[in-house]
Amino acid sequence: MHPAFLGLFTILVGVSVCVGYYYFSNQLLDKVLFPAKGPNAGRNINRREMIRPWLFLMPAIFALGLYLAYPVVKTLLLSLSERLPGGASQFVGFDNYTKLFADEKFWEALQNNMLWLLVVPAACTAFGLLIAQLTDRISWGSIAKSLIFMPMAISFVGAAVIWKLVYDARPIDQDQIGVLNALYLLFGGQEPQTWLTIPLANSFFLMLVLIWIQTGFAMVILSAALRGIPEETIEAAIVDGANPFQVFFKIKMPQIAGTIVVVWTTITIVVLKVFDIVFAMTNGQWQTQVLANYMYFQLFTAGDWGVGSASAMIIMLLVTPILVWNVYNARKEMR
Amino acid sequence: MADLVLKDVEKTYGGTVNVLNDINLDIKKGELIVFVGPSGCGKSTLLRMIAGLEKITGGTLEIDGVVVNDVPPAQRGIAMVFQSYALYPHMTVRDNMAFALKLAKKSKEEIDAAIASAAEKLQLTDYLDRLPKALSGGQRQRVAIGRSIVRDPKVYLFDEPLSNLDAALRVATRIEIAQLKEAMPDSTMIYVTHDQVEAMTLATRIVVLANKGIAQVGTPLELYETPNGEFVAQFIGSPAMNLLPGKITGTGKVTTIEMDGGGKATSHYETKDSDLGQTVNVGVRPEDMVPAEGDYVFEGKVNITEALGEVTLLYFQSVDGADPVIAKLPGIHAELRHQTVRLTADPSKVHLFANGVSLKHR
Repeated sequence: MHPAFLGLFTILVGVSVCVGYYYFSNQLLDKVLFPAKGPNAGRNINRREMIRPWLFLMPAIFALGLYLAYPVVKTLLLSLSERLPGGASQFVGFDNYTKLFADEKFWEALQNNMLWLLVVPAACTAFGLLIAQLTDRISWGSIAKSLIFMPMAISFVGAAVIWKLVYDARPIDQDQIGVLNALYLLFGGQEPQTWLTIPLANSFFLMLVLIWIQTGFAMVILSAALRGIPEETIEAAIVDGANPFQVFFKIKMPQIAGTIVVVWTTITIVVLKVFDIVFAMTNGQWQTQVLANYMYFQLFTAGDWGVGSASAMIIMLLVTPILVWNVYNARKEMR
Repeated sequence: MADLVLKDVEKTYGGTVNVLNDINLDIKKGELIVFVGPSGCGKSTLLRMIAGLEKITGGTLEIDGVVVNDVPPAQRGIAMVFQSYALYPHMTVRDNMAFALKLAKKSKEEIDAAIASAAEKLQLTDYLDRLPKALSGGQRQRVAIGRSIVRDPKVYLFDEPLSNLDAALRVATRIEIAQLKEAMPDSTMIYVTHDQVEAMTLATRIVVLANKGIAQVGTPLELYETPNGEFVAQFIGSPAMNLLPGKITGTGKVTTIEMDGGGKATSHYETKDSDLGQTVNVGVRPEDMVPAEGDYVFEGKVNITEALGEVTLLYFQSVDGADPVIAKLPGIHAELRHQTVRLTADPSKVHLFANGVSLKHR
């Protein structure tokens, strides 16, 4: 079958199975299991109202269990065991973690991740806030905002390819197709640089890609939050004698502090999981390794499931507290 | 404190949409001026222009003899109380009040003293360390007022400060504002409201705004007793003044009018011989209507009665879709429903308008 038809067919089947599940299971519950008639009508109604939420939640619980909870447990087990030739495995305690902590590359990845963590969420939030504030009052603000938001629609790998071209280097006697080198030579650079091979700087070049993508997200959320600030509090501050900077930092920022935290932590989680950009642009060479890519390398390139799983657990350990804080703040914001 | 002079003030949005014109007003130190008018008449805009939150597009605004058209709000010596209180939600009551003073780089002692005295005046001393969200509506409004007081401004501006409060609290806060004004006899206040009771009770003078300009300026009783036109006559007083068509049949110190509805009215408005035969609207307030024995001004069938206890409102059947005539009689008269009733009024309470303008003000 043509792949397009196959896709369409899959969508149709998937959607109708979903709809069918809810419709028929609901019918089964109402008409067959606990009908609202007969001598036990009242009891039946109570029981089916108790069951119905679980019935509707079941597919989600099942899918989450299969694709989230089970892998976590399995990964934990894998991280504590070693694969033996022939497919069997053996419990080795914390050996994999010891091996992991002894690996220089792991520390490099952790260090880089921390650097990403410091720079990217801060930069995204700051730029997002700045752009949200600056585009608020101008007529072409919404056009500017949609342009800045657009990278959000590009996959990380797509963005990586775009930026790889930006950082591209050609021999000096050819035309530079990399914008950065073209500019570098225009402003007096001696010869084209292979930007992605310069340690430390290259990490920042990679971060720039994520900042480019995530600033749009921060901007949209913060722009909505800024609009939500009561106009009269700003006018009151103006009457009180605040200049635009004081209005922004002392009146507006504190009123959207909760949203800023949510944006910040959301981006932090993205950063901790960052993989595609590094994988597609440097694959962790030239000291740009990050945890997720390290995990991928250990699992699928080196074939060491134990150490790979152990690094996956480390990532989860780092993400969890931030995730909890994020959810806590997001809920507080909603109230 | 300060005198405020508005000269030919105008407001035009985007160069084309004109909302206010020819505003000339002379506000004396210590006055409490109330701007009233129907919604959309520009009363809040005018206040915001005085505050400096809206640009004045024509004419001049002087505070204490200095033209302040281009002076930023903070340096005009004004303080404003907003309809929604506009408290800074992330600051305690104390910080809310201190904000302006801190920006003005006042010393800590000065700030503390100003806050303590304002808090005492407004009974907020116990709430200084609370956040606005932990206060009731009335308390928030007092904090908003306190925030103005600490700055010791030349002019206080109030933008419908009571409209977010419930009825009982509104009365209480209105009285507090009246007392506050009494405690600060030198401060000039400008107060915007659409509530007539607030206007009548608080104002030294009322400015009625309508049709992009000032309809009339005067003390509350001047506006009530001698409105200069039909608009002010109907706007001030509730229910609105009844306007009944008629024709002048006798002129002089006392004018007599033959009513289109068949009755006869006498008014203490003076007229000239040339007014003879002039068609006029005879204005009588519902509360000035009394049952007639003999000559009557108005005759009609009562459609609805509303007995409020102390008074009864009679709503007469309206003719040709005009606003129904309303009379307010003391006591309870529910039995008048569906009856035909004749009413008259004392000649001193009968107003005459020709082409919308009072015959006293032409």
